[in-house]
Amino acid sequence: MARAATTADAFNAVAEPRRRQILDALAGGERPVNDLVELLGLAQPLVSKHLRVLREVGLVEVRDAGRQRLYRLNAAPLKPIHDWVQAYQDLWTERFNRLDAVLTELKDREDDDGSIDS
Amino acid sequence: MAASTRSAEVTLPASTQIMITRQFDAPRHLVYRAWTTPDLIRRWWAGDRGEVTSAEVDLRPGGRWRYVMTANGGFEVAFHGEYREIVPDERIVCTEVFEGMPDAAAVSTATFAEQDGQTTLTVLVEHTSQEHRDMHLNSGMEEGMNESFDHLEQVAASLR
Repeated sequence: MARAATTADAFNAVAEPRRRQILDALAGGERPVNDLVELLGLAQPLVSKHLRVLREVGLVEVRDAGRQRLYRLNAAPLKPIHDWVQAYQDLWTERFNRLDAVLTELKDREDDDGSIDS
Repeated sequence: MAASTRSAEVTLPASTQIMITRQFDAPRHLVYRAWTTPDLIRRWWAGDRGEVTSAEVDLRPGGRWRYVMTANGGFEVAFHGEYREIVPDERIVCTEVFEGMPDAAAVSTATFAEQDGQTTLTVLVEHTSQEHRDMHLNSGMEEGMNESFDHLEQVAASLR
């Protein structure tokens, strides 16, 4: 199978839900691959494949500790993604806060109507 | 008012998608009404970034919609599209085009789900390509978005 070119940047690397799970797990600290296998319930070759993609885009770093290899998160490549999504999320947060005010008014009006009807 | 502020949740479920979720303290027929009534759309759609100058809604399959706002910086931001499917109080599927990049049409599905008087609104925006999706994320946000605080710290916190 051809290797997907779309995993070449952090944005695409985190589009895969399993890879986000791995990042979530590593956010709590360094872990050996066996921990991740257990946590995700996936076969080791698959976890290793995801880790390789994450390493290629710099989201995960690895070091040798005795007989183990420990993987850790490097969140820096996520910053542009975060900035991006954050700006969009801020816009929707503003919209929804205003929608809350509209809804409060609609609810009050409906309550009033209800009392007139009854 | 700030005390009651709740954040919209924005996720990117796939490389062409944007998903926006928020819960409202109101039954869904009211959320639906606020979402689809021009006079009410005018009051929320611009957020804190300007004024809605036009909200046209022809709420029927094949009907068109168009929203325009004048942002605080003076520039206009407009979106338009066509309704494809309408289930009153439940679901609206429509196309969505940011007029700043008219080639990138997305399909947007808004779902209104009520439980115990609370309504969860989910908006899934599906683009035809990742490039378009990414441009959409930037739409209407050319100005005033450079927060000075350290995003990295937030990233780390949000991953815990």
